[in-house]
Amino acid sequence: MTYMHIGKDFTPPDAEGKITGEARYAEDFRKEGMVFARLLTSPVPSGRVRNIDASEALRMDGVVGIITADDLPASSVPSNPSLTNEPTYVGQPILAIAAISERIAENALDRIKLDIERRPFVTDPLDSLREGGPDAYLTGNVAVGGEMRSVKWSPTAVAEFRAGREPKNVEFTAEWAFGNLDEQFAQCSVVIEEPFVTAGYPHHSLEPRTGMSYWENGRCYFHGSLQSQSSVIAPLARMLQIEAKDLCLINETTGGGFGSRIGPYPIMAVCGNFSRMLNRPVQLRITREEEFFIGSARSGQQGWIKVGLKPDGKVGAVDIIIVNDAGSGGNGSGSSAAGHISTVYQPAAMRFRGVTVYTNTTPRGAQRGPGQNEMAAVLAPVMDKAANQLGMDRVAFRRVNAPDSSGWSEGSQTPVTSAYMREAIDKGAQLFDWQVKLSQPRRSGSKVIGIGVGQGYHAAGNNGFDGLVRIGADGRIYLHTGVGNLGTYSYAGTVRAAAEVLQCRWENCVIVRGNTDLHLPHSSGQGGSNTIFTHTRANYVAAMDAVSKLKEIAAGELGGTVGDYSIADERVFKTATPAEGLTYAEAAQRAITLGGRYSGQEYPEDLNELTVRAVQGLAGSGLIGVAKDNLEKNGTAPGLAVAFAEIELDLDTGKFEILDYLAVAECGTIVHPQGLSQAMNGGGVWGIGMAGYERHVYDPQNGLPANIGLYQSKPPTFLDVPVKMHHAAVDLPDPQNPFGARGIGEPAMGCAVAAVTSAISDALDGHVFGRAPITAEMIVNHVAQSSYNNNNTLKINTY
Amino acid sequence: MPSHDVMPDMELYQPVQVEDALALAGRLAERGWLLGGGQDTYGWLKDRAKAPEAMIDLNAIESLRGIRETSDGIEIGALTTLSELISNPVINERYGLLASAAGVVASPQIRNVGTLGGNLAQDVRCWYYRRGLSCYRAGGNLCYADTPEGMNREHAIFGASRCVAVTPSDTASALVALEASMVIRSSRGQRNVSAENFFVGPDVNILHTTVLRPGEILTAVQIPAKWANASFYWEKVADRNVWDFALVNIAVAMKLNGDVIEDSRFVCGAVECKPRRLLEVERAVRGQPRGDATAQAVHGIASRGARALTHNSYKIPMMDNLVKRALTA
Repeated sequence: MTYMHIGKDFTPPDAEGKITGEARYAEDFRKEGMVFARLLTSPVPSGRVRNIDASEALRMDGVVGIITADDLPASSVPSNPSLTNEPTYVGQPILAIAAISERIAENALDRIKLDIERRPFVTDPLDSLREGGPDAYLTGNVAVGGEMRSVKWSPTAVAEFRAGREPKNVEFTAEWAFGNLDEQFAQCSVVIEEPFVTAGYPHHSLEPRTGMSYWENGRCYFHGSLQSQSSVIAPLARMLQIEAKDLCLINETTGGGFGSRIGPYPIMAVCGNFSRMLNRPVQLRITREEEFFIGSARSGQQGWIKVGLKPDGKVGAVDIIIVNDAGSGGNGSGSSAAGHISTVYQPAAMRFRGVTVYTNTTPRGAQRGPGQNEMAAVLAPVMDKAANQLGMDRVAFRRVNAPDSSGWSEGSQTPVTSAYMREAIDKGAQLFDWQVKLSQPRRSGSKVIGIGVGQGYHAAGNNGFDGLVRIGADGRIYLHTGVGNLGTYSYAGTVRAAAEVLQCRWENCVIVRGNTDLHLPHSSGQGGSNTIFTHTRANYVAAMDAVSKLKEIAAGELGGTVGDYSIADERVFKTATPAEGLTYAEAAQRAITLGGRYSGQEYPEDLNELTVRAVQGLAGSGLIGVAKDNLEKNGTAPGLAVAFAEIELDLDTGKFEILDYLAVAECGTIVHPQGLSQAMNGGGVWGIGMAGYERHVYDPQNGLPANIGLYQSKPPTFLDVPVKMHHAAVDLPDPQNPFGARGIGEPAMGCAVAAVTSAISDALDGHVFGRAPITAEMIVNHVAQSSYNNNNTLKINTY
Repeated sequence: MPSHDVMPDMELYQPVQVEDALALAGRLAERGWLLGGGQDTYGWLKDRAKAPEAMIDLNAIESLRGIRETSDGIEIGALTTLSELISNPVINERYGLLASAAGVVASPQIRNVGTLGGNLAQDVRCWYYRRGLSCYRAGGNLCYADTPEGMNREHAIFGASRCVAVTPSDTASALVALEASMVIRSSRGQRNVSAENFFVGPDVNILHTTVLRPGEILTAVQIPAKWANASFYWEKVADRNVWDFALVNIAVAMKLNGDVIEDSRFVCGAVECKPRRLLEVERAVRGQPRGDATAQAVHGIASRGARALTHNSYKIPMMDNLVKRALTA
């Protein structure tokens, strides 16, 4: 189908500011009387603050106040408190101090004397699971149904698990299964078992999560650094103990989020409450080091997997155990990781068993494809090994098992709205020249060619949110969106759905966003690759409402029925006699005159209260199109991707160069080609980082993290990735989106890491490292036939 | 635990004559801090892991910049940036080994401000030490890296003596291979120290990685003509291709007669606290043809005597492999 805007490139209005530096982030805002707050964080991985002596600091000229955990509502274990007197990881905020300058605030930090009682700590989940091992909290090491408990495995079971074998007679806290596992394994001709470990690693978003807030007449104005806009209002208001109407969030630009700031993060409570206490604007700037500590991290996982393949290549059964690291007060992602397998390979039977264990390390949370992508990383070589044992081409094997529109997702086996993974594989294999590459010479001196293929998946679409458009009396189209600007430009891509319905020029549209007081509708959080699917729908229904009203107004004024009217060129006119009509500006003026539902004095009852307030704020200012997305949605809208990588691996150094990389997106109709390109390339780069570089390194002796800075965390650089990364898309519409669109952000990374680990394995005659990342020293040690996994003591947070 | 990233208060001196800088360095001694490109300095000071009272900013001293030909080679001012080194035609033509090494230091941005003197005099990057822990090198009585649980993947396999940190400098390996000498000045005069003797291990001095003493300034590096236009081999293995320190690097200069190695200097970085001369390899290859046979014959010699820590045994095959590549490239 040919669209006016959908599928066309455009320049998002904030792009230029990001190049010129004119874009403003939370740290750039100033307010008269503003003071600067800085954090004092825990030097110990676990302990109790016995005393804080800030008297010397508070006597310093320019210091205006201090806030501690005692000034904030108490939080319960294992939540992630804003400030604490019982720190459970190094770097956990204990207090903030404010001064008239940053220099004074920093100097004041050195004058504060903390008396902290040290407690036992643990940096590895399995050390905590082992009988006699420390728990991260006094009340236990796991949370089940919100209750803290201590779960322990026998030393034998832990040793077995570390050595790559299924632990017996152990307790799990999460479990799901479908099909008859034993029956299916019995039908398999190839059954393999492998251990795996994926490292956790920090987000390190380019913009640290600085906040600035001030209060006026009981209202809080908050400059934040979030991925989302409207979905943040209610929870942030609760953090500040105010009603949502009394909060104005200003967040026009965010320097990366990727799951680390979908919702309000705990430190926002410090900034907001501190500014209320001091009755002055407060900027709480977060340093790079602090961003490591409080910026959230990917959960590491350690596991065991057993996979069975039937003679025809179908995956018959999968049995998997995952121990996740939640860090301090965070989350694991074992079930999501297992769900990746279920969706991508559609096994006849599967069982997942897992336990998420707290450790005294930085909190874990969502990070681009949490669970799915780290599973993709270690799964690809395992599936390659199984296919090779069966004597089946690795691409053909994936094709046989690929989900289609009759398939399901996750452990719940929820139907998919549509899926064309097979088409993606076919397209990719052809564009990549898979067969040709397989047959080329593979060895030259110490250099070995490896060819890999990998898949990515994430649920990619929600429903039930509101859309809001306004046609002004000036004839301009105001596209109100509560979608956050997390750097993907999806806020702009999705409002083009409304422009499409209204058949209006993009140049005549104004995107209204980034500030609660600009009357923004209820929107989803920008996480989980959902925005494109979710908000093209929401914008569609709002614009459809506006079109109906345009036609009603025209019919009322010019006669006939609504069915007699069409829209084009920003006019509503009689289809039979196009000269008879109204411009959008004229229709908007009529709407204002008519009032009621036409200009927002009345609105649907099923709108979210946020949208209701937005409509009330706009009432009488134009023709209002507003609606809740009640369109049909049955099942999971999947984002799917497949990638192919050709690498040249150097056996002497363990380094590899990616010679060719191609990823194919299966995300329904393409809404914004350049946005898709950005998502596929950006995800590809991150996938390369996960495959070869990025990981947490915690010292088990003192609980200190080694990689608090960007250079130590090693995200890939421009020279670590191919100069040209290729991508394509299946571009078949999803039937449950009015434009056929689905999301793709997270699978773009998952397919990349899987393709690279698959290629590494291929270069080394199918060796399965069972690790992500696979670093140079592992490869060199493998080639030298030394142990690369520390004598079978695989761990999540150490080398 | 405060997380600092604002520069602390300190006196700032910005001399324009080297004599004034030397006088300041002599007067301030341990209380002063020399600033070149700042790529080592700012980390220490903003983290407040080091707390000098005064900073002597050398950047306005023009005589410390530039590359000059001498009667026996070249002299490079210590403030010459790494980018200037890389683009210098004389360096590229005669001492390509140094250009290659400088070309892979850190990142283009850092090379644009980072100086040769700073790259040579920078402190070790052991993360425990940089975190401000009270280890031997920081004046304490413990090494956190050399323990069964220590995170010591990047650390030394040679020369452990209470400390197992490694030399982080890429140019250091190249300059030792080129038999460079360091021009060190103080208000008391000048001394020249060979690059090989400029760097010291923890067995000699656990607080400093070079022979530079308070009051002294590394003003220039002299490279003799001896190795000009020799056959060179340089390679750095690091996790990333940019903005990373070496896991192992190798700098080799060879004088060939046909394909026979008449003389050579083999130097490995990041395996010891100072650049490691591979003397036994040099002896073994003397008079031998450069190629596979010699590479095979000397395989394993480079790593003889290495003592791996818990997580860095890979450096043993890696350094042997780099020697092989130098002989077969």
